[in-house]
Amino acid sequence: MTTSTPISQDEWKFTAKDAALRPDLFFSGHRACAGCGPATVLRLIMKATRGPTIVTQATGCMEIVSSIYPYTSWGLPWLHTAFENVAANASGIEAAVKAMQKRGKIKQEHIDVIALAGDGGTYDIGFQALSGALERGHDFLFILYDNEGYMNTGIQRSGATPTGASTTTTPAGTVQPGKLEKKKPLTDIVLAHDIEYVATATPYYWKDLMIKVRKGLEIKGPAFLHIFAPCPRGWRTEPAKTMEYSKLSVDTCIFPLWEVVNGKRALSTPSKIFQLSPQKAKPITDYFEGQGRFRHLFKPENKQLLDQLQEATNKQWQKLLKQCETP
Amino acid sequence: MVSKQPVNQELLALNGDEAVALAVKQSNVDVVAAYPITPQTIIVEKFSEYVANGEVTTEYICTESEHSAISASIAASLTGARTFTASASAGLALMHEILFVASGSRAPIVMAVANRALSAPINIHGDHSDSMAQRDSGWIHIYVETAQEAYDSILQAFKIAEDLDVSLPIIVGLDGFAISHTLENVNVLPDEAVAQFVDERVLPMVVTHEGKTVPFKLDPDSPMTMGPNVSPAFYFEFKRQQDEAMKNALQKIQDVNAKYAELSGRSYGNGLIDTYQLEDAEIAVVVIGSTAGTLKVMIDELRSEGIKAGLLRLRTFRPFPVEQLQNALKHLKVLAVMDKSMSFGGFGGPLFNEVRTTLFDLKQHPIVVNYLFGIGGRDSNPHNLRKIFENMQQIAKTGQVDTVVHYLNLRE
Repeated sequence: MTTSTPISQDEWKFTAKDAALRPDLFFSGHRACAGCGPATVLRLIMKATRGPTIVTQATGCMEIVSSIYPYTSWGLPWLHTAFENVAANASGIEAAVKAMQKRGKIKQEHIDVIALAGDGGTYDIGFQALSGALERGHDFLFILYDNEGYMNTGIQRSGATPTGASTTTTPAGTVQPGKLEKKKPLTDIVLAHDIEYVATATPYYWKDLMIKVRKGLEIKGPAFLHIFAPCPRGWRTEPAKTMEYSKLSVDTCIFPLWEVVNGKRALSTPSKIFQLSPQKAKPITDYFEGQGRFRHLFKPENKQLLDQLQEATNKQWQKLLKQCETP
Repeated sequence: MVSKQPVNQELLALNGDEAVALAVKQSNVDVVAAYPITPQTIIVEKFSEYVANGEVTTEYICTESEHSAISASIAASLTGARTFTASASAGLALMHEILFVASGSRAPIVMAVANRALSAPINIHGDHSDSMAQRDSGWIHIYVETAQEAYDSILQAFKIAEDLDVSLPIIVGLDGFAISHTLENVNVLPDEAVAQFVDERVLPMVVTHEGKTVPFKLDPDSPMTMGPNVSPAFYFEFKRQQDEAMKNALQKIQDVNAKYAELSGRSYGNGLIDTYQLEDAEIAVVVIGSTAGTLKVMIDELRSEGIKAGLLRLRTFRPFPVEQLQNALKHLKVLAVMDKSMSFGGFGGPLFNEVRTTLFDLKQHPIVVNYLFGIGGRDSNPHNLRKIFENMQQIAKTGQVDTVVHYLNLRE
């Protein structure tokens, strides 16, 4: 059984100025692509850490670009071992810290443990290790940066790839309009583990993201943060428009921002506006437009699919609103 | 020779798994991460009792798979913790990918493997297929003959793995059921004696990217990037260093074996190879594991009949003790290498191949034949084992080898 420490919003001083002045623990010089969403996400996460921290990361784009020997982008102790086991690595780190604290071999009173993984390392290959670590109740924050595909290996579909997206393993062809299956409801599955903190974030709303990182760290026991991070290479979008797509994902209710604290789900401010004024929500086509992976959906023969996707998005949104009312 | 008087020890009735668990308890391990699998289960059950009864302060992670057990072990070890895990068969196979990460990351984890056959068809009984399939994973491999040796070898394993010139993970293999589940009289050292022998883990010192000399561990005070992405320009050097560390282990295993003999009065050959009636032998077998016990009885019987038979039990399979094997085996007329695992479509078993290759460079070397035996727990009783010696006698007499690779006690 885990217990949570009270979270006081008043302590947050993540103004733009404060955020800029905080030290960068994810350094520049990494080899991420121009306009990389996840790279910005990592920088924000690391700025939001609160003290002694150990980071472990699954194989993926961000692991590769940030640790090219003999260089590193990490100002924190950082461990990578493989693709599918980052939650198990976090378990080992947390247990080692606990054991050595008991025996006086570690002087720090507390060390935060962060596990980072992309959608492949979370939804798919890393799913079992994640579930196991959540069930065991280790004190760590798992952060998923979701760019909706295996971008590192050349844009293949994952369990996070949305319906209709064209990837190199679900190419839009003459008989199949991209990925046919739905996106796995990962955060709901994580929530079913009855952990104390689960939230979603996206880098356009950087302050919301940083506060959620800090909240996740302050929870004793496992916490989970799902960050939606556009990938210009994989999504076939203009590198300059990454933050625009990050915002559109929220404004179209495709990726609503919310958090669950102690079993109670609540919309975060950027999404709350669409609960209060539903007419302000944009059609999903605003978000799909300009994304090469959805280009084929605008062909006349795919009109029906496009309508279905809008309907599915509306349904998901209504479901979420209900979940926010009745936990 | 043992110079000092060994410490007083307690004689307990333990099976091999219990002996391993007790040794882990006495070694003051920080983290144990494991998943149950027959015939290793008694190790994790016994250790869980120690945890439940407050007999250890170890953090015990009951992982959801062996893959996570070894992954957690690496992370714990690289955070500076003394770390133990245990597995067998399919569980070890599931760890396969991560075993290379453990050795490549230089994480000195100690793992007990209660050796068991691999599926399919599923079979829970003892053979060496599981750990032989991990031959090239960069782990030190020690195989024991008895529950006593299992206990002793776990204590030694921490000393070997954590040695600063080695810093490599180590597998201690004990035959499934024959050792893991068989009750034996085991001499157990006092806790203080073990604490003094095994001592605290000392970490290697490394220079960080900031130019500071710090202990090699994940520490917020001295951030270090572990498990980086390494290009062809550097990768080979990493691997060469690993090979060098493995060679250092060759000496370290002998040193620890000698030091342990001073403490306990027990040693296992020179730590690498353990011989019986080999010096003046004309025919001999090379074997790994518990079968050595039966073979010793067999050799006594043959000797009483005037047959010059001998035995070499290979205790350390990795690093492979090439010189020691050459010196010990060069005088033989005929040698039979016994493999408790198979290499399908290959030329005999893995041990046969390596021993035979080792002897190839000698100006004069014995004729070497191979016996595949005990697969999936198939019994190897004295009656069957005697056939190996009878065949060697025949070869010694005629110089003719009809069959190089034999299957012992198999319906054809």
